[in-house]
Amino acid sequence: MAIPKVVGIETEYGIMVRGTDDWNPISASSLLINAYVGSEVGGLDDRNRPVSWDFTDEMPGSDAREYLVPEFAMPPEIETHLVNAVLTNGARYYVDHAHPEISTPECRNALSVVLYDRAAELIAVDSMASAADALPPGQEVILYKDNSDRKGNSYGCHENYLLDRHLPFGEIVHAATIHFVTRQIFTGSGKVGTELLGGPSVDYQITQRAEHFEEEVGLETTLKRPIVNTRDEPHADSQLYRRLHVIAGDANMSQVATFNKVGTTSVLLAMAEDKEFTWTKTLAHPVLAMHQVSHDMTLELPLQFSDGSSATALEIQFELLDSARKWARTRGLEAVGGEEVGTMILDRWEQVLSGLETDPGTVAGQVDWVAKLRLLDGFRERHDCGWDDSRLRALDLQYHDLRPGKSLASRVGLEILVSDEDASAAKSEPPPDTRAFFRGKCLQRYPDSVVAANWDSMVFDVGDDPLRRVPMMEPTRGTVEHVGTLIEQSDTAAELLEKLGA
Amino acid sequence: MAEREQIKKTAPKPSEKTQQNAPASSESGEKLKAELDDLLDEIDEVLETNAEDFVKSYIQKGGQ
Repeated sequence: MAIPKVVGIETEYGIMVRGTDDWNPISASSLLINAYVGSEVGGLDDRNRPVSWDFTDEMPGSDAREYLVPEFAMPPEIETHLVNAVLTNGARYYVDHAHPEISTPECRNALSVVLYDRAAELIAVDSMASAADALPPGQEVILYKDNSDRKGNSYGCHENYLLDRHLPFGEIVHAATIHFVTRQIFTGSGKVGTELLGGPSVDYQITQRAEHFEEEVGLETTLKRPIVNTRDEPHADSQLYRRLHVIAGDANMSQVATFNKVGTTSVLLAMAEDKEFTWTKTLAHPVLAMHQVSHDMTLELPLQFSDGSSATALEIQFELLDSARKWARTRGLEAVGGEEVGTMILDRWEQVLSGLETDPGTVAGQVDWVAKLRLLDGFRERHDCGWDDSRLRALDLQYHDLRPGKSLASRVGLEILVSDEDASAAKSEPPPDTRAFFRGKCLQRYPDSVVAANWDSMVFDVGDDPLRRVPMMEPTRGTVEHVGTLIEQSDTAAELLEKLGA
Repeated sequence: MAEREQIKKTAPKPSEKTQQNAPASSESGEKLKAELDDLLDEIDEVLETNAEDFVKSYIQKGGQ
């Protein structure tokens, strides 16, 4: 029986400072985040300091392949000294490597992820405005929601899915690999040129991220990136759960693309848990196939399977959709958030595949790489220029610019799934249906008593020694249904803890 | 090739509902085109002034 697919995404934003040559991305990211959490709009409390992240339970070096000895793995560094804030919507806002990063709160379905991803964009917009006030006149910090500087450096938009611990890792790898390689046709954000040294000549390709993958399965996230990442850090009860940490996707400007990316993946993982992931073929060369799909705008290139047969990404996706419909008929859609959103996932999936099959131009309002390509083609036609024109490369980058007046993505007619009014409210309000509700509400109600927070616990100082840690090992508990009334009725954190019996 | 054809045949046909909701309708297609035309009309004002410098200076440190 598939467990609820609790999901969230983390986005590392590209960052630039204008008006000075003397800047570095780490301090600019810190300034940006501090400006936001210290501002009126992002303020957590009147102490002018954010509630900090608690690193006690972080284990990013744990490998899902238990047989691998640690010497083979290089655990990612945790940079505990950098800015790291928890927001009242349950999100985490921090400096990761040399980028500002926002992790959405835990969400119960793909549509909720879209809402909190859009809220994160609005937080980024507010942050740029707040940072401008903190910088000398003439300087500004600019954020881009993309995945590559087109010079070989990549940064991620990661997805996270709660999985049943009992699902063997090999079955996860099987299901994930075929989907991550082929879903690119509707999740890609498009990129001018190539970053593969010695690779084929490419004018434009479907994804930003594909070329940065070199392995099939592994623990790395910053070099020799694997299609399936084995980081085994559930941020929940590890006897019951895994978290699949997905690093193989593009950041999307299209809300529908984000919805489809998270929705289809949730469905396929739930099918694997139900032992109904019926696809059996394996790709002969998954990494090569990843690059091939990204480079093939005709969508007609056959991918080779290990048994010698082949199929296109589109054909494989139609097969996966077909098996998902069968699964939904027998098992229902509860695991992916219920009938309404589940049906929307399946219908949207079918729409995007049918549109791509008929004519990709028909899904320009839903698929980033198509929307961007229309813009580039329109520009090329008007200005009669070739793919090497630097203005096309500028358009490619500026598609992802998050400044409202400069964002090209906001001007190409992308379909909207969540209103900015709702997303604006979601900047400070947590989702009601996961433990993020408890985290966010406690930060709203008792900011002075919360010492630190992380995904699976919160630490309170209620005046008496010692500090009190409240574990939150079950991601579907701590919802408005469970604790909404308790929090409402408790004027202080001490009262709340007493009622919780913590 | 036989394999490809076999897979192709099993691909589901778009349901009626999907066809009704399909984003491919000519109305939304025209709206999209009009928006794109407007953007291209104004692109010189919106696009970064020195495209070449901008593209060159967009250097990011690697991330995850």
